[in-house]
Amino acid sequence: MQKVSTSLILAGTVALAGAAEAREYRVGFIAPKSGGAAQLGEALERGARLYIKLHQKDLGEHTVKLIVRDSKRPGGPFAKAAAQELIAREKVDILGGVVFSPNAMSIAPLATAGKVPFVVMNAGTSWITKLSPNIVRVSFTMWQAGFIMGEHAARALGCKTAISGYTNYPPGKDSAAAFKRGFEGSGGKVIDSIPMGGPRNAPDFTPFFQRVKDKRPNCFFVFVPGGNHAAAASKTYVALNMKAANIKFIGPGDLTHDLQLQSIGPAIAGTTIAVHYHADLRNNANDAYKKAFAVEYGAKAVPDFVSIGGYDGMAAVFAVIKAAKGGNITAEGALKTLKGWTHDSPRGKIMIDPTTRDIVQNIYIANVVNDNGILRHQTIKTIPGVKDKCKELGIGRCGK
Amino acid sequence: MSDATPSPAATELLRAHRFRLIELLPWVVAIAVYFLFPGYRLMATQILVLILFALSLDLIVGYAGIVSLGHAAFFGTGAYAAALLANAGWQEPLTAVAVGAAAAGVLGYVSGWVVLRTKELTLLMLTMALGIMLYELAKDMDEITGGFDGINFENSPILGLFAFDPLFFTSNYWYAFAFLLIGFLVVRLIVHAPFGQSLVGIRENDRRMHAIGTPVRQRRRHVYTIAATIAGIAGAIWVQVQGNITIAVYEFEMSGNILIMVILGGAGRLYGAFIGVIVFAILENMTETVLGTDPPYWELLLGVALVLTVLFAPKGLLGLFDPFVHRLRGKAP
Repeated sequence: MQKVSTSLILAGTVALAGAAEAREYRVGFIAPKSGGAAQLGEALERGARLYIKLHQKDLGEHTVKLIVRDSKRPGGPFAKAAAQELIAREKVDILGGVVFSPNAMSIAPLATAGKVPFVVMNAGTSWITKLSPNIVRVSFTMWQAGFIMGEHAARALGCKTAISGYTNYPPGKDSAAAFKRGFEGSGGKVIDSIPMGGPRNAPDFTPFFQRVKDKRPNCFFVFVPGGNHAAAASKTYVALNMKAANIKFIGPGDLTHDLQLQSIGPAIAGTTIAVHYHADLRNNANDAYKKAFAVEYGAKAVPDFVSIGGYDGMAAVFAVIKAAKGGNITAEGALKTLKGWTHDSPRGKIMIDPTTRDIVQNIYIANVVNDNGILRHQTIKTIPGVKDKCKELGIGRCGK
Repeated sequence: MSDATPSPAATELLRAHRFRLIELLPWVVAIAVYFLFPGYRLMATQILVLILFALSLDLIVGYAGIVSLGHAAFFGTGAYAAALLANAGWQEPLTAVAVGAAAAGVLGYVSGWVVLRTKELTLLMLTMALGIMLYELAKDMDEITGGFDGINFENSPILGLFAFDPLFFTSNYWYAFAFLLIGFLVVRLIVHAPFGQSLVGIRENDRRMHAIGTPVRQRRRHVYTIAATIAGIAGAIWVQVQGNITIAVYEFEMSGNILIMVILGGAGRLYGAFIGVIVFAILENMTETVLGTDPPYWELLLGVALVLTVLFAPKGLLGLFDPFVHRLRGKAP
C-alpha cells in the first residue's frame, strides 16, 4: 500500500513537472451553430478542427483548446456576449471564427479593449479590419471576386453591357458595387442594377430576370447566396431561355457554393464565376486537404470556401502560437507575426497584407461544367495576389 | 365607514401597493450577479435591459390587454435615435436616452391613433406591420443606419464621471441597473394607480368601462404611449451599453421573443417580466455550455419549456406560486 501511494505521488510530480513545460493555448471560436446558418458554422468549425488534428504535432508539447460558442442569429446580441465571456471568463489567448460581418463588427471593440488578437475566418465586409488594430482576416472580401469578375467580363468575355442582380444585403450590395467598378474600369457599362429580395427566402426570380432579358445586356452578374436561391435563379435563367438571347450568366463563387452545387441542378452548368477557392482546384495542398477532409468527415463531406477559412484561420493561429514559444500571447506579438505572414493554402499562396491586415490571395475564374451528371468547377484563369479593392481604391467606409 | 377601517376591497388595493420585503430579492440578486459572474456581465446587462423592455410590454399586454407583436418598433426607434446621435457626434448618453424616449413616445402616440382603433387579430397584424416596415426602412437606409452590418459608436462618460467599459461592462451594468430600477418603480406606480386599475377594467370588459364613463380609447392610447416611451428608453440603453447597433433591434424576433418572455413569466404581474426574461435568456445562452451537445439544442429546450408553460402554468411561471401565496395569506385561491 505504502509503495503504491509513493509511486502515485511520483507519477503526480512527473505530470506536474511536465505541465509546467507544456502549455494549453485557448482559442475562442464563435460561429453559428443553430438556426439557418448552422451549415456554414459547421463548415468553418470542420476546417478549423481538421487543421488542429493534422498539425497538433507541430506545436510539440503545447496544445490548443478550441472553445466554441454559438453566434445564433446574424445581427443578434449573442456573438458579442459570447466574446465577452470568452475573454473575461475563459481567458482565451486568441479569438477566431465568425461567419457574419455584423458579428465581427460588434466584437471588434472587445478585441481592442481586451488586447486579444482576433482572426476573422469568414466575415467578408471590407472595412471590418479597420475597426480594431487587433483584427486579421484570412478569408476574403466581397470586393475581391466581384471586382475581378467585372474585369474578366469586360476583357475576356467581351461583354460591353451588363446588369447586376443581387440579394439585398451587404454581401450582395458589395459584390454588385465591386463588379460595377471592375467592369466599368475596363470599359464596360452597367446599365441596370436590381435588388432581388432579402436573404431569408428565395423569391420568384422571374420578374427580375424578365426585366434583364428585355434590356438585353451581354452579361448578367448575379449575386445570390448559395443553396435554394442559386437553384431558383439558375432555373429561372433556363426557363426564360436567356442563353439563347446571348446573355451570359456570371457571378461570384457564392452563386455556385460547393456545399450546394450539386443540389442546384444541371441548369447551372455554363456559368462563369470568380472565387478564391473551389473544391476542384488542382494543387498538392488542396489534394491533401480534400483527402484529409474525406477521411475525417466521410466521403460525402464537401470542402468549400468557408471550411478553408477555418482551416487557414487555424494555420494563422498556429503561427502565432509557435512564435510565442510557450509564453503568453500578446496582441502586439501576434500582429507582428501575422503582418506579412504567408502560407501555402489549399487555395494557393496567401499572404496577410502588412498594412491593412487583410488577405491577399489568388482569384480563380472558373466555369461550371457537367461532368457525367456531377457538376464541377473548371478553372480557366488564375489572377494572383489580389488585394481588397475596396480599401485599395478607398471607397466609402473603406477609405476613412 | 370611518377612515380607520377601510373596506375589504380597499384593503386589498392598499396591500397590493405596499412594498413587501420579498420585493428586494431581484435587486439583491442583480447586485450579487455583478460580483459573482464578471465573465457573463454583458449577458447580465442585456438581461437587465430586456427586463425593462418586457415591463413596458407587460404594461400593455398584461394590464391593458393590448397584445402587440411589434413592440420592437419602439425599442428600435429609441435605439436608433441614441445610436445615430452618438454617431453624429452628440456623445452625451443621458440626453440621447431622452431623445430616444421622445422619439419612441411620439411614434407610439401617432401609431396608437391608428392601431388602437382595432382589436385582437387586426391589432396584432397592424403592430407587426409597423415593426416590419421600420425594419425594412432601416435596412434600405443603410447609408445612415448601417443596415444589416450595423455601426459601432462611442458615448462619453455617464454624467461625465463613469466611462462605458467595453470589456468588463462595469458602469454599463449599473447604468442599465439604474434605469431598470427607476423604470420599474414608475411602472409599479402606474399599475397600482387608479389609471392602472382602470386599464385592468378595460382589459376585462371595455364596454362596461365605457358605460361607467371611462374614456376607454384615450386610456388605451395613453398607456400605449407610455409603454412605447419605456421601450424606447430600453432600446437606447441596449445600444449604448454595447456600443453597437444593427437592424436586429427592429427584427421581428425581438418583438416575438419579448412577448414570449412576458407570457413565460406571467403577464400582468410585474415580476413576470423578471422571471420570463431570465429563464428565456438562460435557456437561450447557457444550454450549449451546460448540455455541451453539438449542435446546441437551445431552440428545442426553449420550445419544450414554452409548451410546458402553456399546458401546466397558463398564468406563467410566477402563476405557479399563486396557490402557496394565497394559502399563506389564509384564503382560498
